[in-house]
Amino acid sequence: MERPLTQHITFPPLEIRQYEAIGGYQAVRKAVRHMQPKDVTALVKESNMKGRGGAGFSTGMKWSFVPMDVPGPKYLVANADEMEPGTFKDRWLLEGNPHQLLEGMIVAAYAIQATEAFVFLRWAYKDAAVAIRKAIAEAYDAGYLGKDILGTGYSLEMHLHTGVGRYMCGEETALLNSLEGKRATPRAKPPFPQVSGLFGKPTIVNNVETLSFIPHIINKGAEWFKSLSRTADGGTKIYGVSGRVRKPGAWELPMGVTMRELIEEYAGGMKEGYGFRGVLPGGASTDFLIDKHMDIQLDFAGVAAAGSRLGTGTMVVLDDQTCPVGFVHNLEHFFAQESCGFCTPCREGLPWTEKLLWAIEQGRGREEDLELLLRHTEWLGPGNTFCALAPGAMEPLQSALKYFRDDFERHIREHRCPYHDPEPAIPASVHLHHTHHL
Amino acid sequence: MLSMTEKEKIEDEIKQVPIKKAACIEALKIVQEHRRWVSDESIRDVADILDMSPEEVDSVATFYNLIFRQPVGRHIILLCDSISCYVMGLKGIHAELTGLLGIQYGQTTADGRFTLLPNPCLGTCDHAPALMVDNDLYRDLHPAALADILEKYT
Amino acid sequence: MTIYIDNKPYEVKPGSNLLEAVLQQGMNLPYFCWHPALGSVGACRQCAVKVFKDEDDKTGRLVMGCMEPVKDNLRLSVEDPGAKAFREQVIGWLMTNHPHDCAVCDEGGSCHLQDMTVMTGHTCRHYRFSKRTYENQDLGPFLNHEMNRCIQCYRCVRFYKDYAGGKDLNVFAAHNHVYFGRCENGTLESEFSGNLAEVCPTGVFTDKTLKSHYTRKWDMTWAPSVCQGCSLGCNTSAGERYGSLRQIANRYNGEVNGYFLCDRGRYGYEFVNSDQRILQPAIRPHSNGTVNKAHIVDQVAQRVKNGRTIGIGSPRASLESNFALKLLVGEDNFFLGVSGSDQDHASLALKILREGPARTPSLQEAGEADAVLILGEDLTNTAPMLALAVRQAVRRKPEADAMGQIHLSDWQDAAVREAVQDKHGPLFIFHTVPTKLDELAEDVRRGAPEHLARLGFAVAKALGADIDPVTHLSAEENALAEKIAASLMAAERPLIIGGYGSGCDHMMKAAANVAWALQQKGHNPMLSLTLPEVNSLGLEMLGGHRLDTAIDVLRQGEADTVIVLENDLYRRADAHLIDEIFLHAQDVILIDHLYNRTAEKATVLLPAGTFAEADGTVVNNEGRAQRFYQVFVPKGDVQESWRWCLQIAEKAQVRSLNGMHNLDDIDWAITTAMPSLAQLQHLAPHADFRINGQRIPREPHRYSGRTAMLANENVSELKPAEDVDTPLSFTMEGYRGEPPSPLIPFFWSPGWNSVQSVNKYQQEIGGHLHGGDPGIRLLEPHLNGGPKYFHEVPDTFVPVPGHVHIMPLYHIFGSEELSMYTHGIAKNAADYCCLYLNPDDIARWNITPGDWVTVEMDHHTCRLVATPNHWMPHGLAGVTAGMPHSPVVDLPVLAKMRVSD
Ligand SMILES: Cc1cc2nc3c(=O)[nH]c(=O)nc-3n(C[C@H](O)[C@H](O)[C@H](O)COP(=O)(O)O)c2cc1C
Ligand code: SF4
Ligand code: FES
Repeated sequence: MERPLTQHITFPPLEIRQYEAIGGYQAVRKAVRHMQPKDVTALVKESNMKGRGGAGFSTGMKWSFVPMDVPGPKYLVANADEMEPGTFKDRWLLEGNPHQLLEGMIVAAYAIQATEAFVFLRWAYKDAAVAIRKAIAEAYDAGYLGKDILGTGYSLEMHLHTGVGRYMCGEETALLNSLEGKRATPRAKPPFPQVSGLFGKPTIVNNVETLSFIPHIINKGAEWFKSLSRTADGGTKIYGVSGRVRKPGAWELPMGVTMRELIEEYAGGMKEGYGFRGVLPGGASTDFLIDKHMDIQLDFAGVAAAGSRLGTGTMVVLDDQTCPVGFVHNLEHFFAQESCGFCTPCREGLPWTEKLLWAIEQGRGREEDLELLLRHTEWLGPGNTFCALAPGAMEPLQSALKYFRDDFERHIREHRCPYHDPEPAIPASVHLHHTHHL
Repeated sequence: MLSMTEKEKIEDEIKQVPIKKAACIEALKIVQEHRRWVSDESIRDVADILDMSPEEVDSVATFYNLIFRQPVGRHIILLCDSISCYVMGLKGIHAELTGLLGIQYGQTTADGRFTLLPNPCLGTCDHAPALMVDNDLYRDLHPAALADILEKYT
Repeated sequence: MTIYIDNKPYEVKPGSNLLEAVLQQGMNLPYFCWHPALGSVGACRQCAVKVFKDEDDKTGRLVMGCMEPVKDNLRLSVEDPGAKAFREQVIGWLMTNHPHDCAVCDEGGSCHLQDMTVMTGHTCRHYRFSKRTYENQDLGPFLNHEMNRCIQCYRCVRFYKDYAGGKDLNVFAAHNHVYFGRCENGTLESEFSGNLAEVCPTGVFTDKTLKSHYTRKWDMTWAPSVCQGCSLGCNTSAGERYGSLRQIANRYNGEVNGYFLCDRGRYGYEFVNSDQRILQPAIRPHSNGTVNKAHIVDQVAQRVKNGRTIGIGSPRASLESNFALKLLVGEDNFFLGVSGSDQDHASLALKILREGPARTPSLQEAGEADAVLILGEDLTNTAPMLALAVRQAVRRKPEADAMGQIHLSDWQDAAVREAVQDKHGPLFIFHTVPTKLDELAEDVRRGAPEHLARLGFAVAKALGADIDPVTHLSAEENALAEKIAASLMAAERPLIIGGYGSGCDHMMKAAANVAWALQQKGHNPMLSLTLPEVNSLGLEMLGGHRLDTAIDVLRQGEADTVIVLENDLYRRADAHLIDEIFLHAQDVILIDHLYNRTAEKATVLLPAGTFAEADGTVVNNEGRAQRFYQVFVPKGDVQESWRWCLQIAEKAQVRSLNGMHNLDDIDWAITTAMPSLAQLQHLAPHADFRINGQRIPREPHRYSGRTAMLANENVSELKPAEDVDTPLSFTMEGYRGEPPSPLIPFFWSPGWNSVQSVNKYQQEIGGHLHGGDPGIRLLEPHLNGGPKYFHEVPDTFVPVPGHVHIMPLYHIFGSEELSMYTHGIAKNAADYCCLYLNPDDIARWNITPGDWVTVEMDHHTCRLVATPNHWMPHGLAGVTAGMPHSPVVDLPVLAKMRVSD
């Protein structure tokens, strides 16, 4: 089984000479020397590469929206903010093979004729920061970055930007605001970043996994990429499993492995004494799948057909001894805290759902609360809120209300959590801001 | 007053961006690196350098949860409170930790050694539960291991 | 283009958004974060509607009306149950944290949030948890802050920061902790802060002066008014209860102030309630205000009849009052009560606008300019709303560029700002000291006013004006002049601004030359000239002799009686000159409302109505005549100045005023006497105007307590006063519909109690009021024949050894007479009154900064604090004009200095 993305992952990662020795930076050489930018984009489009950041949008298509004839700077950003709870795939790539990401970024930047590129890295990834900083310096020294790359006349500057917290920074337009030194609130689309992004200039934002794949597509072609997959969505994918399984971890597997393979083979099945109740297939903002979905193929269409989203492809398993209400409450607490506070439904609706869930979990729930929760899952749906954060937050909730309704009702009926003793209140919000504002 | 080093570092950041304001977050990070937190005075100093008003700078500073606008301890403990850690025993870790430190989230120990903060997913879910102390990540935690970890930080 | 709203076709303006389109049709759709002047950001999610692909689409898609452009044949539904339920829920969310304090909230009854809550039908609370609470801040004398009421619509920061360029208000924190305020307690710095009270849809920012004598909107008696603060004539609504003026609110005028006012205008009204008001007529030394009114009118009439009386008019009095005085004393005996320099400026401005070929823009048009040159003005302090217009103007060019590149509409506020970044269109500012607009300018030039005027002449020359070349300019200055000329030539709507703000009339001349030269090149330049007072231009149009000649007349014994109209003469000329008036005249009769230094010395006092107690017309710097209306019937014998004149004239049997009894009569007389003012006939409906036989009520129909409010004095309800001058009534009875635009006392529409109801009065959202905006332009450019350029290039400024030249500097608060009666304004005014000197000069004169310095002029001395200002050129000093302790009234002047003991 080919594992193009992860086969060369080492800790510490390969230095540039080692990376070159295994064929590294060939894609940069090939692209900038022998391909027209539009041909690079066309190749990526042909490969049917779908973005690995969660939304699954065609990468080549996205690049093709960049207007090529406008003067002035253009930007490429690698989204390495990875803050979706349950997600730990990009960290692996960042810490284990930063040059692969850089190479993908250089090719992508060349395709859109970007003048500057940024890695937007979340604060907590300290080792990744060290690795990337080093890799960037090496790439400059080797002539893959900077002025007149490989004597082709194409120039690209690259920077590492480390964030200062906030899940919102992962949302691409909020990320751009943050890169501009502003509050990470999202922007309205249209205009899309491809047209008006960083500093109002054409900008592409791609996920780390997406970009890390680009060198391989350039080197081996679209057909090869498609052949890696078991389904129409090409390539391999990094899948991960966490929760009470025997062997939590992440694996690069052909796109379209089944959930059963992943959980039972790779993750070794449930831990001794724990049963399987459900799983968030692609991070905190995806709908639960349950045992009846065990045999679905994990690609964008397959998971969607089962009523969820592939998302980041890193799963969180809900076992039979964890309270589903507490589980969802934990998620909604996260989302409520991470709302940027810009639009009403998200800012006010999420804390409300969190409080309802907390009340239910504490045995203070009322019958009508379920109705309110359900209504919120509709009201905070896509299009109703300014960005995708709140709709994402509603996915686990709506599916939990569907699949684990009994648990919710039992909490309300019995005025207690059937799974565990009441716990001390999680503080509503902890911040080290100046206090006079609240 | 910002130190010469802080000023120089901020000036360097300004050179990297098309407009001065865009260096705002970097400047705050630099100040925090040197002082552990960002005081009102520092907000004003940063504002001066960047031709911004203190309000503009503080608006940015208070948005991000890892810019500290209150004094913090010598070491910052970020306890992951997201879903995988929740499933894998966050509650026990939290109880042990707050017991050992004698503080709750958002507080600093009386000796100024630790500040305890909750933190969203640390991206190491396959090794949950996890926490970070300063730049060090601790994974596959067990309550019993916590005392030894804290020992390392003076 | 056509769109379908709930299956009915409507014609809508291309380029607008669905929310605008729906409101445009007179339909209701709730919103918060959108504001017609601020555009859309899509934050509140209140304006949700359903959009359908085609007739067969029954599901539709929920969209935010404010974020969705209109498209031909687009189908949308406002009434869709899903959309309605969502809109109701948005209120539900906002209410989770909003306090239940409507009963004690200043916004109650004029609250956009209340209106929208009712509109969505949200009547029941489902949220059962506790609310978060904030601490409030002390934001200074003008605004109250109550953060718990915030619904996080972001309008405040978008207005304050993005629109008005304020720096010290922002949004802090994140998620449902977001907080709108300052870093710490302190007075808001922006001169436009008061607009927050209207921009904020709820009671977070409320008018603190209103709070000090609080009355609900529905309990006030309102009249359409015109701001008395400066020469721009912004439209206001003034509200009264219990005989005191409670509030000044913005009165939308699509040509003038639009949605906003400056803080001088909004808060400078407290003089009306001042305990310094003259309420009773008095004759000195015999009476102390207790003399019978008829008797005094007799006495004055006697004097007018028997002796020779001269009249001194005023730029803060209406056309009608000035005209009535002029007729009362006779044309030859009418003098303009303004300082020499003010008179020079006003007459020069009138000449330029009347005889020259450049058009003077409305404020609204000024905001559309795409290149601006400001000559010698600190607009924020001399014509504040024009500064706000310039702030919008500098966005035009980069906005147009961005919108050309990226497909955007101008209402997509955040996207347009992102595309524009910090780019500004061309703005050039010449002024001696820094101004707040400098931050937007491409080039700023400082120096002595004469020097800057020379540079202005050079720009005109570079544009091909038929004037002599300006000599002795540096190569850099010549290059700048060329650059500015090129910039103005490249613009489609260049705007040149000059005025009185440097005390140097060459500035206006330079401005005129530049504009005229542009006009000769086939461009359509706009020329805006600031003037000091609300009716400076109107007074000049009426015409009269200079004030100093009045003193000559008295000196020579050619007159014995002086009638002074609404004027503190001691603000018009040096005290020793004004003293002479009192010395030589037998009687000085003052018709005014405030007990000032002139009143102290006058022998007869006649209490005049302020703008709130009188009707009248003023002419702004654009030459726009505008009517202000009496708000309430004043106490005592207070009445319109022109009415005093009419009553005196009747007794004195002055024929020219024969048979005149009301406002219409005087206006008729003005228009027949003065062809240039003939248009006044059409300014506003006459007193006999009725709709369905009804007057226009000044009071909202919910006005409460009228049978009870004076019960402590008199249990029988008094007969309401009658208005013989206007079609407005002093009661709540009358026509309930929309009045003609000049007569709108307050904006209200069913379901819309807040100022947002103005949408219902506009031809299109953000456009003109139905039937046209109030006011009539009296001046249009003279396009026949070439311009008569000003040829005399000023000499360079040369310091006079042993002297300083003192020029006026202006401050929005305090440089003008009336606003100083507002406590919050007066409190800080002392801070602004300094003597600004170049640090080198300070050293040269052996002064220590901060010292009290005695300034010696021809006839008197004064003491001021020496304040270093390294922008002041050598030999020049600046003094904040008009402050209580500013001694020098007719600036500029030459003086000597010494350190006070
Ligand atoms: C609230 C929110 C958080 C997100 N966080 C991330 C993230 O951490 N990393 C990421 O790559 N994409 C994240 N996304 C998706 C990005 O907006 C964007 O779609 C993605 O970076 C595009 O990359 P791709 O085209 O390669 O998938 C987030 C989206 C939302 C709405
Ligand atoms: S203070 Fe008022 S204007 Fe500002 S966000 Fe809150 S409700 Fe909106
Ligand atoms: S008015 Fe449309 S979203 Fe706020």
